[in-house]
Amino acid sequence: MSKVMGLTGDEAIAYAVKQSNVDVVAAYPITPQTIIVEAFSEYVYNGEVKTEFICTESEHSALSACIGASLTGARVFTATSSQGLALMHEMLYIASGLRCPIVMGVVNRALSAPINIHGDHSDMMGSRDCGWIQIYAENAQEAYDWTLQAFKIAEDPNVLLPVSVNIDGFILSHALEGVKVLEDEEVDKFLSTRKTDLTIDPEKPITVGALFLPDYYFEIKRQQVEALKEAYKVIRRINEEYEKLTGKSYGFLESYGLDDAEAAILCLGSTAGTARFVAKNLRRQGKKVGVIKPWVYRPFPVEEVVKATENLKALTVLDRACSFGAPSNALCSDVIAALYQSDRELKVFNVVYGLGGRDVAPLDIELIFKDALEVAETGKIKEPVKFMGVRE
Amino acid sequence: MGEETKPGWKSIPLGGLLLKPGSAMEYKTGDWRAFRPVIDQKKCVNCLLCWIYCPDAAIVRLEKYVNVNYEYCKGCGICANECPVKAISMVEEEK
Repeated sequence: MSKVMGLTGDEAIAYAVKQSNVDVVAAYPITPQTIIVEAFSEYVYNGEVKTEFICTESEHSALSACIGASLTGARVFTATSSQGLALMHEMLYIASGLRCPIVMGVVNRALSAPINIHGDHSDMMGSRDCGWIQIYAENAQEAYDWTLQAFKIAEDPNVLLPVSVNIDGFILSHALEGVKVLEDEEVDKFLSTRKTDLTIDPEKPITVGALFLPDYYFEIKRQQVEALKEAYKVIRRINEEYEKLTGKSYGFLESYGLDDAEAAILCLGSTAGTARFVAKNLRRQGKKVGVIKPWVYRPFPVEEVVKATENLKALTVLDRACSFGAPSNALCSDVIAALYQSDRELKVFNVVYGLGGRDVAPLDIELIFKDALEVAETGKIKEPVKFMGVRE
Repeated sequence: MGEETKPGWKSIPLGGLLLKPGSAMEYKTGDWRAFRPVIDQKKCVNCLLCWIYCPDAAIVRLEKYVNVNYEYCKGCGICANECPVKAISMVEEEK
């Protein structure tokens, strides 16, 4: 794989979908996701793909159409953001409950009110318990790589779950990058077509979405819990396959400086790039800091987080979404639960940042590292949940 | 509870897909009923309005009159309400 293309985050996802021989795309435009389906509709118009492209009247209908298509055995993709994801909320649970391996590009954007079109994680975090596999990319390259892998993870017969590939609105969706892409034939070999027993056959009718009362419903939910446990194994296997093909090593998380770091930042998406940049500078000054970036948020990589934080004295978890009234915010709560289950006594504090697309500068990150180093030294947390960069 | 006689999550088809058609027939819903429709077959003019209006398929067509399939009739009373000759009365089920 030597070809490098200039692609925005949105275009990188669209290009990966183009190479994945998707049977059906049903979508509705919403900023900052629009470019994904816009770019893809051009592939359809130019005859570069054989995909059935359905323009629906809403996101609720878009995902409904995807669910129907997926249940006929088709490979299916859609994309959305913010209010669109919120409007899909009902169908998100139906997609996972009916075990539809749909892949969706989610370009993270703040939720109304007040209305805002810029990047934060409120949309996906608001639907975090919908039973989907959730992946966060740091840049356009990762968005491309994970989208290709997402189809293979979703459609694995031991998984059969929908996958969302998340990128930060505007910061990634609209920024142009050099993206190393595979040749179409390489993708064909990696992905092949979807293998499934599902077909539309009048001779063998099946019932989908039947009523399950208290005597059966719970068992279906238990199956979904198992599917996410299976996904944990499958993701690892597919990462290995992808590494053989591309030389790029993915996993549940990526860490930097963790061998000797005493204080670290754990965060999702593009902010990890800024954090690593700052950490590098601080490490040159002899400060023992590190960065942990989970790629996979669901299934939550408990083992990997516990291992990555082994030598730390303090950890700051950055949340780009607010769980109003909660003791800490979504990502931090998961990290604390993971550590608590493993009897780890690590000082963890939470910082909420960047809501509604508020910029995160290297200096902001530097201050967080400073706080974390102080906690590492004193063993005392002054503020368990901090709100960074908001005016008083 | 009887839960132990039902299949566990490992043996139910994924996502609760029902792979065998017509399985609703196995689910006898007649015991939901609080009132049972009783048809006076002497009054019945076989107009089939009850057969049309029944939201289930619990009215059985016979040659000269209709009958009720009590295995599935949930006792909603729509048939009694719609009957133009008042041939159907709703009688409370006794325990």
